[in-house]
This record gives sequence, structure tokens and C-alpha cells, in this order.
Amino acid sequence: MEFMPEMQMHQPISVEDAVAQYSAAPNGRYLAGGSDLLVNIRRGIEQPDSLVYVNNIPEMRSITEDGERITIGGAVTLRELSQHLSVAEHFTAVTQAADEVAGPSHREYGTVGGNLCLDTRCIFYNQSEWWRAANNYCLKYRGDICHVAPGGKKCFAAFSGDVAPTLLLFDATVEIAGPDGRRQMPLADLYRNDGMDHLTLGSGELLVAVHIPKPTAAITSAPMTSAYAKSRIRGSIDFPLAGVAVRMAVTGGKITDLRVGLTGVSPLPFLAKGMDKFVGRVADESCLEEIRDKVRAGAKAMKTTTTPPHYRRRVAGALAQKLAASIL
Amino acid sequence: MVKTVLSLTINGTNRDDVIPDNMLLVDYLRENVGLTGTKIGCDGGECGACTVLINDRPRHSCLTLAVTCQDAKVETVDGLSKDNRLSALQRGFDEKLGSQCGFCTPGMIMASEALLRDNPDPDEAAIRDALAGNICRCTGYVKIIEAVQFAADITREELAS
Ligand SMILES: Cc1cc2nc3c(=O)[nH]c(=O)nc-3n(C[C@H](O)[C@H](O)[C@H](O)COP(=O)(O)OP(=O)(O)OC[C@H]3O[C@@H](n4cnc5c(N)ncnc54)[C@H](O)[C@@H]3O)c2cc1C
Ligand code: SF4
Ligand code: FES
Ligand code: FES
Repeated sequence: MEFMPEMQMHQPISVEDAVAQYSAAPNGRYLAGGSDLLVNIRRGIEQPDSLVYVNNIPEMRSITEDGERITIGGAVTLRELSQHLSVAEHFTAVTQAADEVAGPSHREYGTVGGNLCLDTRCIFYNQSEWWRAANNYCLKYRGDICHVAPGGKKCFAAFSGDVAPTLLLFDATVEIAGPDGRRQMPLADLYRNDGMDHLTLGSGELLVAVHIPKPTAAITSAPMTSAYAKSRIRGSIDFPLAGVAVRMAVTGGKITDLRVGLTGVSPLPFLAKGMDKFVGRVADESCLEEIRDKVRAGAKAMKTTTTPPHYRRRVAGALAQKLAASIL
Repeated sequence: MVKTVLSLTINGTNRDDVIPDNMLLVDYLRENVGLTGTKIGCDGGECGACTVLINDRPRHSCLTLAVTCQDAKVETVDGLSKDNRLSALQRGFDEKLGSQCGFCTPGMIMASEALLRDNPDPDEAAIRDALAGNICRCTGYVKIIEAVQFAADITREELAS
């Protein structure tokens, strides 16, 4: 591990002050729980000169609810999220994903904002300085080739946060504050398919909150259920090799709603394409097998973990099938 | 070097220290305060050896900047024994041989302490869950679980009598 760089800490108590402090020191970073950022700093892959600590900002620390939506502050911890009753009632997959992040002590201080803005991961990147130096670094940081796909100029480091794919199931939006004021956008638009630059946030932009609209009566005519599961190397604490979120409703034996969200298999979390075609189908074994195959085909994992990509594709499909069967 | 005045309570004692903004809590505890009970295993959130309690909840001191603990109540393994008497968990780890080389023990004990404050009568699954982030390379975990159960039992018995 490397020494900590010289850094100045700011501890604002309002979103506006946080943005102003960041803007005054643009080589800084927002710090929430630090369970991702401080590890990266110690590995020498982040070297900020200042940190703006967001966990003392009351606006970002609570979960609130009205008839239409639930709002989760960016600095709410994963434990707080996983224990929230209304979230569990309406958005079970979100609760399950929050409860599957890292280990219990990480969830005590790891936040929702940090989880959604997590850096992408790769076995050639999440290594010590001397290891990366001995391998001539890589495209994502300081080097000029990608060891995963040496011919190309693209980085495939995988987004590996557990919560994002579950929020995508429910059309969550994120509230962003920046030097130009506030804006809202679909969570899906926070991400782009580029392991080197996977967030669309501009300099100094802060994720203040996530809004999840409550399901309207129209789409809940059949009880909609959701679930999340992940495959990982260490069963007790580990990032997903593949993480799968499923939302499904079945009426009279037929599927009336199906969405599948994926994480850990590409530089961004995403909803698997082609799930509409299962709507109207009888939810029998052959249908679940087709869902499995479709999810597997859409999970284009690359060699960014010690586990081979074909295993991660297969396990993504298998988890989708298993979750769908559990919802039936 | 940017420095900040940090005021907090450590194991029941108030302190004010001028420390660098980039100082990790584990280094502050070990180097500045002299409390070397807390161990550094992996230095990166993987092993749990550095677990301390902040406001009664477990936290990795290797991934915590000390200046973010302003006004907090920090507790380490060094503060558990009272009047030369080991705490229930410390006695449990001793009686049940929950500690071999001892390197993981401070973190195991602090994570267990957080569990028992929340849930004085945990079943085995609850103990396993609470200690999921703490690695031990010696004991095989069975004796650690027995140690926590022992501590929970003697605490309840002491409270009842
Ligand atoms: C051993 C270990 C295992 C782990 N396993 C998992 C796992 O299984 N699944 C998983 O998802 N994660 C895992 N993590 C990563 C991490 O613990 C969680 O993702 C956690 O939610 C990160 O939140 P944080 O508040 O600690 O983020 P921080 O480290 O504080 O921040 C992470 C990044 O997000 C940025 N950021 C933080 N908050 C905001 C905000 N509000 N707006 C804009 N940017 C922001 C920071 O600048 C930084 O770049 C693991 C970490 C460790 C050390
Ligand atoms: S995918 Fe390639 S460029 Fe990206 S982190 Fe891995 S080795 Fe580096
Ligand atoms: S030293 Fe902090 S978790 Fe290992
Ligand atoms: S007793 Fe040696 S690591 Fe646990």
C-alpha cells in the first residue's frame, strides 16, 4: 500500500457548500464512506489533493417517502437502506442488493451514492502500484495498452456495484447538484459504456439523491415481485462476478411484466434487452430457459476477473432463471 | 501539511489532538494515542482486523480518516477491560480458545461487541453474519463462534443474578 497523499479535508453541511468547495479544488474527490475511494488512494490509482466529505450534509442523510415516490439521500448507508421497511415492501430487490454489498461492517458506512458512483474494476487495475508498474500499467491508468483486449483502445473494467441494477428495474432517477445548479436524470443516463470514464457526471457534480417512483395501480394489477442475487468468489464479502436483478409479474400463469438488470459484466449496469418478447408467454420451464439464454447472450463479460468470462455469462443466465423461478 | 483539531472520546476519555487531514484513524489510534490493540491486517477493508466501534457501530479504522470522527465516541479493544477484569467477550475468547495467533482477535471482538449490544442473544447464524467481514487464518471460526456464544451467555447470566 502507498502512503496517503497530502490532502485537505472539507466537511460541508450543505450541498451548495460541497459543490463550491469542490469547484475551488478541482483535483479533489467527494468522499462518502471511503470504502472504495480510500482503497484506491492507498493503491495509488487515485491521488486527489483534497476531499469533500458529504456524510455531514443532512439533506443527503435521510430516506423520505410520499404517495408517489421514495427518495434516498446520496449519503444514506447501505445498512440504513437495507433496513427500510417501505423500500423492502415496494422494491425488494433493492433491499436484497443493499444487503449483499461487501461485508456487514462495510454496509455500516458504505453509502448509496458511493455504491452508484463506484469506480469500475479489473484484475489489471485493482492491484498495488508495484504490480501495475511491473506490468507497464494499462490504458485505464498511466499505461497505453489494455491487457484484457490488447488490440483495442477501449477499457472493459466492470462496473461492480450491487444496487444500481435493482434501481434500474424501477426507473429510478438521480438528482445531481453541480456548479450550474441542480438537474434530474434517469439513473441509466448516469452511466456510459466505457471502463475508463463510466460516469456522465461533470466536474464537481454530486449525486444528492435517488428517487424511485412507486409502482402505479396500472402496472401492479398483478403483484409485481423483484429479487436480486449475485455470484462471487468469497461468499462472505465480495464484488459480484455477475449480479442479476429481476422484476416480474405473472397473471393467470402468463408473464405480464419482465425486466432483468445486470451488473459486474460490463463497464455499466444495464437492463438486458429483449425481455419484452416474454410478455404474454406462459411462464413454464421452457420459457424460463429461454430467459436464461437471452440473459446469458446479453452478458458480455470480459476477462476482468480471475474467473473466466464464459462462467460469468453462464452464471448470469442461471441466476436470472433461478430468480424468475423463485418469483413464480 | 494541512492540519485540523480533532476532538473526540476514545474509550471514555475526551481528547483534542492536532492531526494531519490525511491521517487514517488506525494510524492515529496506534501512533498518536498509543493504543496498539487495533491491528492492521490488509490495510484495505478486506480482513476486519482494524475494526473499532464508532458511536457503537463497527467500522474499519484503516478506511476511515481520523478527522471525520469529530465529536465521535470511538472504542477500541484496549478499552474493554474494566478494573483489571476482562470483558465477557475477552473471557469468551480466552475460555473457548477463540484466539490463536491473536492477530484477528481485536477486530473479531469489536465486531462481536457491536453485535451483542444490538442483539444480546444471537443464534449461530446471526454471529456468522456479524463476523462475515472478519478473516481468521488460524482457528477455523468454530471456536470464535463458541467464544461469542459464551460471552452472550455469561452476560445474560450476570444480568439475571
Ligand atoms: C473488501 C471490499 C469488498 C467490497 N465488496 C463490494 C460488493 O460486493 N459490492 C459492491 O457494490 N461494493 C463493494 N465494495 C465497495 C464499497 O464498499 C461499496 O460499493 C460502497 O457502497 C461504496 O460507498 P462509499 O460511501 O464507501 O464510497 P466512497 O469510497 O466514499 O466513494 C466511491 C466513489 O464514489 C464517489 N462518490 C461518493 N459519493 C458520491 C456522491 N454522493 N456523488 C458523487 N460521487 C460520489 C467518490 O468520489 C468515489 O469516487 C467493497 C469494498 C471492499 C473494501
Ligand atoms: S480492461 Fe484493460 S484498460 Fe481497462 S482496467 Fe482492465 S486492463 Fe486496464
Ligand atoms: S486492516 Fe482494515 S480491514 Fe484489514
Ligand atoms: S487467531 Fe490467528 S488470524 Fe485469527
